[in-house]
Amino acid sequence: MDRLSYDAAAGTTPSATASAGEARGDAARGVTPGFRDEVRAFLSEHAPHGLPSLDTAEGNLLHREWERQLYDARLAAVSWPAEFGGRDASLMDWLTFEEEYWAADAPIRVGQNGLFLLAPTLFAHGTAEQLARHLPGMARADDVWAQAWSEPEAGSDLAAIRSAATKVDGGWTLHGQKTWSSRAAFADKAFGLFRSSGERHRGLTYVMFELRQPGVTVRPIEQLNGETGFAEIFLDGAFVADEDVIGEPGEGWKIAMGTASHERGLSLRSPGRFVATARRLIALWREHGSDPLLRDRVADCWIKAHAYQQHTFQTVARLNAGGHLGAESSAGKVFWSELDIALHETALDVLGPSAELANRWTDGYLFSLAGTIYAGTNEVQRNVIAERLLGLPR
Amino acid sequence: MNPEQEQFRSSLHSLLAASDVPSIARAWAAGSCEPGLAMWRKLADLGVTALAIPAEYDGLEATATDLVIAFEELGHHAVPGPAIESVAVVPSLILSRLPETAADPAVARASDVASLASQWLPRFASGETLATLAWPPHQPFAVDAHIAALPFGGTPGETVASVDPTRHLSHIESEHFIGGRNDRAFDLGALACAAQLTGLGQAMLDLSVAYVQQRVQFGQPVGKFQAVKHHLADVRIALDFARPLVYSAAESLAPQDISAAKVAASAAAQLAARSGLQVHGAIAYTREYDFSLWLVKARALLPAWGTASWHRNRLLESL
Repeated sequence: MDRLSYDAAAGTTPSATASAGEARGDAARGVTPGFRDEVRAFLSEHAPHGLPSLDTAEGNLLHREWERQLYDARLAAVSWPAEFGGRDASLMDWLTFEEEYWAADAPIRVGQNGLFLLAPTLFAHGTAEQLARHLPGMARADDVWAQAWSEPEAGSDLAAIRSAATKVDGGWTLHGQKTWSSRAAFADKAFGLFRSSGERHRGLTYVMFELRQPGVTVRPIEQLNGETGFAEIFLDGAFVADEDVIGEPGEGWKIAMGTASHERGLSLRSPGRFVATARRLIALWREHGSDPLLRDRVADCWIKAHAYQQHTFQTVARLNAGGHLGAESSAGKVFWSELDIALHETALDVLGPSAELANRWTDGYLFSLAGTIYAGTNEVQRNVIAERLLGLPR
Repeated sequence: MNPEQEQFRSSLHSLLAASDVPSIARAWAAGSCEPGLAMWRKLADLGVTALAIPAEYDGLEATATDLVIAFEELGHHAVPGPAIESVAVVPSLILSRLPETAADPAVARASDVASLASQWLPRFASGETLATLAWPPHQPFAVDAHIAALPFGGTPGETVASVDPTRHLSHIESEHFIGGRNDRAFDLGALACAAQLTGLGQAMLDLSVAYVQQRVQFGQPVGKFQAVKHHLADVRIALDFARPLVYSAAESLAPQDISAAKVAASAAAQLAARSGLQVHGAIAYTREYDFSLWLVKARALLPAWGTASWHRNRLLESL
């Protein structure tokens, strides 16, 4: 298929080092001096562009190679402890890394399920042995992780999970079916909830398991964009060792809700992604003649991307002061998912008749459409906001 | 927000919550401004009117963040009066014209302005006098010129009705100051307006959340229905994401940040008004019920100190 060719990054290439304004903002927020410049220099020298999609066999390997380069530069997971390949960076440094990463238009992180969703759960609930065994391989993208939450009869109503974990000697065996399992087509391992007893919430156990073992069949599902970004997982006696249960058996729901607030919140969708896209949108709008009829929508996209960024800075300040990520992350999830669609719909309207041609904006558009569904539909999030933030009756 | 700022907010809130502002606002709309002026003197005692004024004129030289805190509370309680003009714009405009601070010497009419400063600023700081002005084309009318000084001259002419009956608008006849495009005083007005709008929006959300829990239909509080919950959740989201823009604009005072804040705060307040009215039903469509005080004030302030369209345009031009 022909790709519409234009330079969406025109006019947005950052200078080699942080501007005076960026440096002032970084200093005010406590970003480690020199960190932004180091990341920017590394990405501008090494980040590959135009890799095949990570949801293809070839693209998956190339994305893993890129993650290994990041790991070797100790940039794969900057906020992790050094012993696992990080550099003990603050959350603010991590946000700075993300800003630079998206501004550089570097590849989507093939390891994101592990890095951004499983790792925070392991730091909160895992054992030292689990951290040591799983994190380095995750950071090097030797192990790519899939999510295994939804089932045919358990979507928004996640606690309706039926796939079972049955206790056997030394571990558990898994039976049942998971679906919409992100990255499963090319992943090595998966994490998710399984039913270990009949109690609706207290009967769920959080496990990590190998996808490449007897008793596991992965059937890739073609998505809207024609790629196999998710899959069904059929389980028929697959084995999980006791060491790969996170927390105690039966505590899975509680632990998973912690993961969910990471997934909805800043770790999955850092603001750098939207700020960079808003900048590209403005460049695109100007390149296409600055249509005044689209001006307000273009401006609103920039404003919302910055609102999300400033809101995140505020959240990080709160976390640094000892607060925790709670139901507020539901507000963030609705906000970023709708912003992502608005950014891409506006860009497609800017492109006019040529918007039909498959291009990075159509790719991004199709991707953005999933955002209001995954990580808890926006309807469920609005219920959470109304009940837990506003105090309305259940 | 530091502990002193928390304290400032809480003092303002306590004062206003105990002042029956809705009655004061209705009296102000009907032309009896005395209770409102008395409340403004109490606000002055807490420092509100002195925030943007330097110490040499008996002011507090506060930060823009302090100003934002004050305006959120003024909005939250739907305080009537020329707040933006008195507290933010007029003092800042006088100061920006002083010879030692003026960016453009041509606009610094040294002797005039120095005397303006010494004549007026201490009186504004103490709360003895409120101030107003028109700033065409953005603010073609002066608000409440019948009870406020016009330091930049002109005489109030014909009055015109506002959608918000507490705002007494007048044409200003004779020569009158016209500000520049990127004037700091104008931006401070836009920032204060943004903060006031987030406060108005928050109050409308609070009123609506309280109301839907007590209003019973179909045998249950209407707040149990998802359609109602989702309206109010969207208001909460809009306010949660407008407020950080307002506070970060107060930190940077960059025109593009102030424009972003004004656009986002206006949209959030508008949504709070529309959704709040909808979940209340007909009761909020009456003048008798307090919600209307907030709704029409938000409507009046939406286009004030730069329309959303003007601010979006300025923002894009600055990028």
